Amino acid sequence: MSRMLMKGNEAIGEGAIRAGCRYFFGYPITPQSELTHYLARRLPEVGGLYLQAESEVASINMVYGAAGAGARVMTSSSGPGISLMQEGLSYLAGAELPCVVVNMMRGGPGLGNIAPSQADYFQATKGGGHGDYHLIVLAPNSVQELYDIVKKAFELADRYRNPVMVMADGIMAQMMEPVELDDRYEVEIPPKPWATTGRAFHEGKNLINSCYVVPEEMEELNLRLLKKYNEIRQKEQACDSFLLEDAEIVLVAFGTASRISRAVVEKARALGIPAGLIRPVTLWPFPSDFVSRAAERVKCFLTVEMNMGQMVEDVRLAVQGRAPVFHYGRLGGMVPVVRDVLEEVKKLYSGSESS
Amino acid sequence: MKKVFSRPKSLKDMPFHYCPGCTHGIAHRLVCEVIDELDIQGVAVGVGSVGCSVFTMNYFDIDMLQGAHGRAPAVATGIKRVLPDRVVFTYQGDGDLAAIGTGEFIHAATRGEKITVIYINNAVYGMTGGQMAPTTLMGQRTKTTPGGRDKDINGFPIKVCEILVPLEGSAYVARVSLHNPKSIIQAKKAIKKAFTVQIKGLGFSLVEVLSTCPTNWSLTPLEAVKWLEENMIPYYPLGEFKTPAEVV
Ligand SMILES: Cc1ncc(C[n+]2csc(CCOP(=O)(O)OP(=O)(O)O)c2C)c(N)n1
Ligand code: SF4
Repeated sequence: MSRMLMKGNEAIGEGAIRAGCRYFFGYPITPQSELTHYLARRLPEVGGLYLQAESEVASINMVYGAAGAGARVMTSSSGPGISLMQEGLSYLAGAELPCVVVNMMRGGPGLGNIAPSQADYFQATKGGGHGDYHLIVLAPNSVQELYDIVKKAFELADRYRNPVMVMADGIMAQMMEPVELDDRYEVEIPPKPWATTGRAFHEGKNLINSCYVVPEEMEELNLRLLKKYNEIRQKEQACDSFLLEDAEIVLVAFGTASRISRAVVEKARALGIPAGLIRPVTLWPFPSDFVSRAAERVKCFLTVEMNMGQMVEDVRLAVQGRAPVFHYGRLGGMVPVVRDVLEEVKKLYSGSESS
Repeated sequence: MKKVFSRPKSLKDMPFHYCPGCTHGIAHRLVCEVIDELDIQGVAVGVGSVGCSVFTMNYFDIDMLQGAHGRAPAVATGIKRVLPDRVVFTYQGDGDLAAIGTGEFIHAATRGEKITVIYINNAVYGMTGGQMAPTTLMGQRTKTTPGGRDKDINGFPIKVCEILVPLEGSAYVARVSLHNPKSIIQAKKAIKKAFTVQIKGLGFSLVEVLSTCPTNWSLTPLEAVKWLEENMIPYYPLGEFKTPAEVV
């Protein structure tokens, strides 16, 4: 174990390398650029390749080719670039190819700005590209977790043969925190007998495809995907909680917003308000089972998000009307501040007390 | 009795879905003959595209990936960078390569990506029902140029080989045609050279293959080859535009 002070972007890069990723295809966009700078320097040191593509469209398709060839491969971008990757992500999902895609979200829609945001939640968790598919979406909230989660991302990608998105924002990308690095570089990558490595290297002919002209066959793929997605829903929901046991008002927040929300919970407790926090680590599958259990006894929920209210819909679905679910959001790259969220909590708590 | 002609080993024994008189089938056969002759069936990885050739993945008896419209050169880049000792090629139509995929092929060539592109130019979008392609000739009637291609509305047809010549990363660039037996023999030679250039690691190679689409040209197969010869070749001159010294 060694300890290093790292930027979030760099931690992701180092995490990917130690997860056995040797190929990265990307295109510059703020606020994820340090990740590409880092990998451009580090990957050749470990016998890997960093290649700057001519666009995000090309990057994700290079990822498609490299994943098809059996490699652990990654790309990264931010909002506008991720939008360009949606076609490729749909193809990767349809062809069941594993890869990791990092989205360091920024303010949008359109060209937007480079300030931190969580406005790509819908795009990441509800599809984004065409067709019936899901990405696995992970939302770390510290630099250490950025480092650790990449490994998990590659493992999930290979296990389920599905693209995995690691989603954070400009703050997480840029902030510096100490990171515990494991010294092990040797990672066991599961065999990929399906990869298109040439007929001389496996039994029979391998085909990587998402084209099914016959509707019955297309439905067969869709059903196979559905089965896989249901298994992922069952096995992979992950979240953290803080002071939840006796909480009456529960904040739900991920990434940067969850760090602010944790401070809000502490302040609220100091004021005698029984607040708690649920922090989804997987945004898809959404930790609905966990939220649902909490809904048995909680008086109300408040999602804190850097968007108009996107995750709030998933919380409402999990709560199923058993408690009111509110949303507090800052938009356009603005970050919620503890004082304002606390005011909201106080208001809701006195409201739920009097009702 | 001596066998003088047979199906290439790397071409599966199954009926093509192509229209009668379509030269996609000939192009498939040539690619597979070359794969056999170079003995690379085991190390070849192909990238299919969209368009009428979307089923190459079923016909070629090699490992294949199905790419998105126009993106095949990027997909091939990903494969080749991971497996540099494999022979990686794409098979793309003109709509695929010269419209939606313009960025991908130019940049693969610019990088000197060691892949081979088989580029089928039939001056029309076949699969989607005969709309204008970037290669549609001036005055040519298609579903979306019912009065004939007009420069003021649609601009001019794109010459892919000529675009590639000045790019330093492109090593072998040739335009061939499939309108008669002699041109077919030349086409095969060019395809073989293109693969050889890749195997020798000399850079990006592309063979543009002038091809027919009797269905969407509203011509009989015989009229179609004649139309190709009389109309396409004058605008898209045949020949080797760029050949590295090592394979001349
Ligand atoms: C993103 C996207 N846009 C449009 C299409 C529809 N499409 C399928 S094939 C095709 C044209 C193919 O023409 P060409 O590449 O010339 O091949 P041909 O059919 O003539 O052999 C188009 C536009 C698609 N599949 N994907
Ligand atoms: S539509 Fe044209 S290109 Fe397509 S198979 Fe028929 S003849 Fe060939």
